[in-house]
Amino acid sequence: MTIAQNLSRRTFLAGSAAATGGLSLGFHVPFAQAQDAATTPEINAWVVIKPDETVVVRVARVEMGQGTLTGLAQLVAEELDADWSKVTTEYPTPGQNVARKRIWGDFQTAGSRGIRGSEDYMRKGAVAARMMLVQAAANEWKVPVGEITTAKGVITHKGSNRTTTYGKVAVAASKLEAPKDVKLRDPKDWTIAGKSVKRLDTAEKLNGKQIYSIDLKLPGMLNAAIKETPYPGGKVKSFDAAKIEKMPGVKKVMQLEDTAVVVVADTWWRAKNALDALEIVWDEGPNASVSSASIAAMLKEGLDAKEAFVGNKAGDVDAALAGAAKKIEAVYSYPYQHHMTMEPMNATAQWTPEKCMVWTATQNAEAALATAVEAAGLPLDKCDVTRLNLGGGFGRRSSSHDFVKQAVLIAKEMPGTPVKLIWSREQDVLHGTFHPTTQCKLVGGLDEKGNVTALRMRISGQSILAALRPQALVNGRDPAQFQGLNAEGPEGQFGYEIPNVLFDHAMRNPPFRPGFWRGVNNNQNAIYLECFVDEMAHAAGQDPLEFRRKMMAKFPKHLAVLNTVAEKAGWGKPAAPGVYRGLAQHMGYGSYVAACAEVSVSDAGELKIHRIVASTDCGHVVNPQQVAAQIEGSFAYGLSALLFGEMTAKNGRMEQENFDTYEVVRMEHMPAVESYPIPSGGFWGGVGEPTIFVAAPAVLNAIFAATGKRIRAVPLKNSDLRKA
Amino acid sequence: MARLNINGKIHDVEVEPDTPLLWVLREQVGLTGTKYGCGVAACGACSVHVDGVVTRTCTMPVSSFTAEQKIVTIEGLSPDVSHPIQKAWLDLDVPQCGYCQSGQIMAAAALLAANPNPSDADINAEMSNICRCGTYNRIRAAIKQAADTTKRG
Ligand code: FES
Ligand code: FES
Repeated sequence: MTIAQNLSRRTFLAGSAAATGGLSLGFHVPFAQAQDAATTPEINAWVVIKPDETVVVRVARVEMGQGTLTGLAQLVAEELDADWSKVTTEYPTPGQNVARKRIWGDFQTAGSRGIRGSEDYMRKGAVAARMMLVQAAANEWKVPVGEITTAKGVITHKGSNRTTTYGKVAVAASKLEAPKDVKLRDPKDWTIAGKSVKRLDTAEKLNGKQIYSIDLKLPGMLNAAIKETPYPGGKVKSFDAAKIEKMPGVKKVMQLEDTAVVVVADTWWRAKNALDALEIVWDEGPNASVSSASIAAMLKEGLDAKEAFVGNKAGDVDAALAGAAKKIEAVYSYPYQHHMTMEPMNATAQWTPEKCMVWTATQNAEAALATAVEAAGLPLDKCDVTRLNLGGGFGRRSSSHDFVKQAVLIAKEMPGTPVKLIWSREQDVLHGTFHPTTQCKLVGGLDEKGNVTALRMRISGQSILAALRPQALVNGRDPAQFQGLNAEGPEGQFGYEIPNVLFDHAMRNPPFRPGFWRGVNNNQNAIYLECFVDEMAHAAGQDPLEFRRKMMAKFPKHLAVLNTVAEKAGWGKPAAPGVYRGLAQHMGYGSYVAACAEVSVSDAGELKIHRIVASTDCGHVVNPQQVAAQIEGSFAYGLSALLFGEMTAKNGRMEQENFDTYEVVRMEHMPAVESYPIPSGGFWGGVGEPTIFVAAPAVLNAIFAATGKRIRAVPLKNSDLRKA
Repeated sequence: MARLNINGKIHDVEVEPDTPLLWVLREQVGLTGTKYGCGVAACGACSVHVDGVVTRTCTMPVSSFTAEQKIVTIEGLSPDVSHPIQKAWLDLDVPQCGYCQSGQIMAAAALLAANPNPSDADINAEMSNICRCGTYNRIRAAIKQAADTTKRG
């Protein structure tokens, strides 16, 4: 009986669905089971050392731009005392993971967990590998291990003046028993980790050599283009395949399930061209009258609805508001937005009655495998997924593997032939897993001195978990809705001391499919909260920095990043003429972030964002220059959302289909970014997302300072910024 | 049938004349460094040089090119990542996911060839390619660094 049969298909499907929930799994990952030691110089699951001294670090996460592979390799090289110039990385497949009892743990790269979610077992794996290499040398030399030192892949015994290398003892080491007790290095002593080393993957991104999923070419491969109904709940009504079957290169025209039409051709361009020439009549289904206005009305109703899921509650908000010297109220909103990864969704599949192989760019290869197994109708151990490089993920490539399912179903119609399915940008935009839309009503109470006595937040809108991971709901309610608003916890703690609070969520789910979108619910929660705190400061007649500080004594880490940006930006000192500042702070994915934005608004209402000063406390920093890159990139992503990001619905479908109608930040919009990480140690926070949270509220608060206008709806392209 | 001069080599390709150059490069010639991002000339991922001018190839039918026009793709920019723009990109670790970077590099190389000392305003005007990972500030810094090293010779 094979191991793969031990882990039944059903268990795996259920398990990998749970693994995509974005919640911490916390299962124990064994780090030292070598396989087939005689032939592979695999010291353990994480470390392979070849005879030519190459150190291959096996990584369960993927690289989608954040420098995750380099960071994890740094951590392993650190504990291993490897020669950094010899280090490379490799992806195990999810099929290998299953066959080896999930030795690499889960394969998800999301929730800013790329490093913090695997640093512990990977570092321990590296320590164990180093101990085994040392032991192998000690055995050979018949000296105590305690007399042996290691550096840059070289093993030395001073007493006898002997040296050897990792590559030379690797095979012997791989046959040794793994040590039980491993001790991690104090980050204070790091020499490879914690340093701004160059990324391992840059060179091939400069000459066109890096192969992304969309670039894959296999012998005999055909290409497929697809059009799915743009109407959620809609279907294919009719199409006349004969009209295009004779077009050049076309091999097959087919309907896929109820909802899509596919053309397979020798080249993708011919497949797409033929599909574009085909007239498809859609049955618009039950949601044909849905529009942005009808969705907004649905959410608005939720703002005052009786039933809601309480996420954070302290004291008695109603009583405190009734007794407040001053009460202010505001309603904010956040639209549907699109991930817009630069590489559209795509996957290649090859199916035979015996076997199904998939090649794709995914943030969760186990979920991709589960999807493939289901679509292929084959046993788990007959399917596998090879991971290829991602042209961006941002949550889209973990939210749904619909493109994998489609590729397998198409390949199943052409047994033996590899078929590459590429989504056109139009298909990609219409079939996103959108940033969900919400509205929020906030009511704040102040006493005579302008202290906040009460804060009421009612969020109304779409739940991601309800659509994608219903098994993660708690009694039908979505706890992830309160990211950054939680009373406690390491993931996203509310950072103000207010005696009476009530934050709740009225779930309202329009028919468009939501997804995890870089930053997820923190994006709107930070705007709602941080802009409203600014509103309350203004109502109290107080400086927004001092106003916040008064409520933050019990939250020293939140306060430290806020203080850092205030000091570095020169808060309280005059800015350049016409330039105004705004602040925001938030905590999420284990990290504390703050920003101070500097903007000017011309008489014609043109916004210029001059500079953003950012600070983050992510506990430990593995590569400072890559943290800086993530902070800059996060501002580009967050400002795209603030300035332009909006999918609008009309007559039952989304209106935008490409970058010409969905604008994003380009070079001309990008402000100068200064980042000041203040890692305080003792914990591991993420860096791929957190900075996004503060981008929009800092700029919105600066716009208020500049114009006296409080913009409460994203995106800004819809607002007139001329002075009030 | 079209005759094209790509990276200094003549290629005869058998395609419909309305096929965009992008897909001829990717699917007939096998040069996949030039990327598909939008297909409507809005993102710049498909940028190459045509007689030194940066050109978005996703909307340019292959029939609009002659064999006399020199097409240079990212694969042909330099033999060994030695173009000053590539060197600066490497030095500053510009790429994140990297998908847009072929187009960014081709746009930047064309900018530098036409304007050896570009100002911030020049860079804003000429570098309109989208990068969803948000590498813009490093791109700007790398262009300036490349301009400096080129000037120093
Ligand atoms: S793919 Fe040509 S400009 Fe976007
Ligand atoms: S580096 Fe990822 S899109 Fe530019």
